[in-house]
Amino acid sequence: MGIYLKGFLIACKGIPATVCVSLIAIVIGAALGLLLALCSQTKSKILQVIAKVYVDIIRGTPMLAQALIMAYGVPWLLQSWGIDFTWPQMVLPAIIVCGCNSAAYMSEVIRSGIQAIDKGQMEAARSLGMSHGMAMRLVIIPQAIRIILPAFCNEFVTLIKETSVLGYVGVVEILRRGQLWNSSSFETFPAYIGVALAYMVLTIPLSKLINGYERRMARKEAAA
Amino acid sequence: MSMIEVKGLKKSFGDLEVLKGIDQNIDKGEVLCIVGPSGSGKSTMLRCINRLEEPTDGEIYIDGELITDQNLDRIRTKMGMVFQSFNLFPHMSVLDNLTCGPVNVKKEDRKASEAKAMKLLERVGLADKADQYPRNLSGGQQQRVAIARALAMDPEVMLFDEPTSALDPEMVGEVLDVMKALAKEGMTMVVVTHEMGFAKEVANKVIFMDGGYIVEQGTPDAVLNHPQMERTQDFLSKVLI
Repeated sequence: MGIYLKGFLIACKGIPATVCVSLIAIVIGAALGLLLALCSQTKSKILQVIAKVYVDIIRGTPMLAQALIMAYGVPWLLQSWGIDFTWPQMVLPAIIVCGCNSAAYMSEVIRSGIQAIDKGQMEAARSLGMSHGMAMRLVIIPQAIRIILPAFCNEFVTLIKETSVLGYVGVVEILRRGQLWNSSSFETFPAYIGVALAYMVLTIPLSKLINGYERRMARKEAAA
Repeated sequence: MSMIEVKGLKKSFGDLEVLKGIDQNIDKGEVLCIVGPSGSGKSTMLRCINRLEEPTDGEIYIDGELITDQNLDRIRTKMGMVFQSFNLFPHMSVLDNLTCGPVNVKKEDRKASEAKAMKLLERVGLADKADQYPRNLSGGQQQRVAIARALAMDPEVMLFDEPTSALDPEMVGEVLDVMKALAKEGMTMVVVTHEMGFAKEVANKVIFMDGGYIVEQGTPDAVLNHPQMERTQDFLSKVLI
């Protein structure tokens, strides 16, 4: 058993990197996702198309390819243009890619949340003299957040698991810790079991939290 | 002096022309009731007055001022709107529902605004519900809060879009009582309603609409008791049992 515990503890050393990237990325994802969702709701055809194309590209390509493009492709391109550019820290392109990636998924989640709000809410807010923006901020988005919170947390769980591809672009996160230990110790099975357990330590409590929230909301709905 | 002036108002939804040219003046302090069958355009007319629907053609003046895209938000603060489905903000307490307009739109002081809101809640008989959330109130109570929310903006006109149609029968009275009190105080009101009794008792003027036109208008007695047009007679014979 000791060797499995060792594998788990070594993988756990990657938790700070995984959590740090995931947390910053989900914040970027939520902010950029909200912006994309609002763009897709505006009357401006150009903004709609931009949001649509962005979401299609991100959702239509694997995150590993996106990470490789951002981490290695972009510096290569800039250097070929004569611009001296390298990433000071490989965690930077990793965070950007994860943020931009989750933004595409978040925008769909946020859009469906906004659309779920009865249109009478917007009418009531506007009839009080609120501008469209103020009505969104004070009336629509606070209600939409309650609806999308479970989907938002699910996206966070997905993102935590997705960061496992970042080992390929030089970030030493959970999976990469296990790989490195495996290549020095050849304890292949304990190493990857340890990796799996380290992810579960993060994802399972989060999922339980979401379930609890959803049950509480369901009870509240039933009481209303 | 006209409080609301509607000139040549037309509204189409795609190919469907719902309003086919409406002209109407509503004086300060007047209570106008709009009656007519479903689909006659009466709600659409009311919604055009505060631009929840954009007119296809025609002009609307509030207090002598033409409504445009530029002055819309400001002019809307002069009009309180009450909806059939209440549309209270479910994530705010009753008190916050009343203060959120004055505080955020008119930049009124929160304390003063809360004091005014409590007075309004007393007026509609719901001061004890200030800290409750809308979902804990009955339909009649929600609609009375909605009226108080509109009044909190100190409007010069109140627009009512079938305010009692979504209510259980025994709750209709409490909402109509609030509206009657409001009319007595001299509020200018435009009410789309199926409550003929209310129209007879409170309105200064009744208009009967059908097919996107105003078919008949006049005093409640003239329109509801002695209608001249065959279409009006036919409609009233079906609703006044």
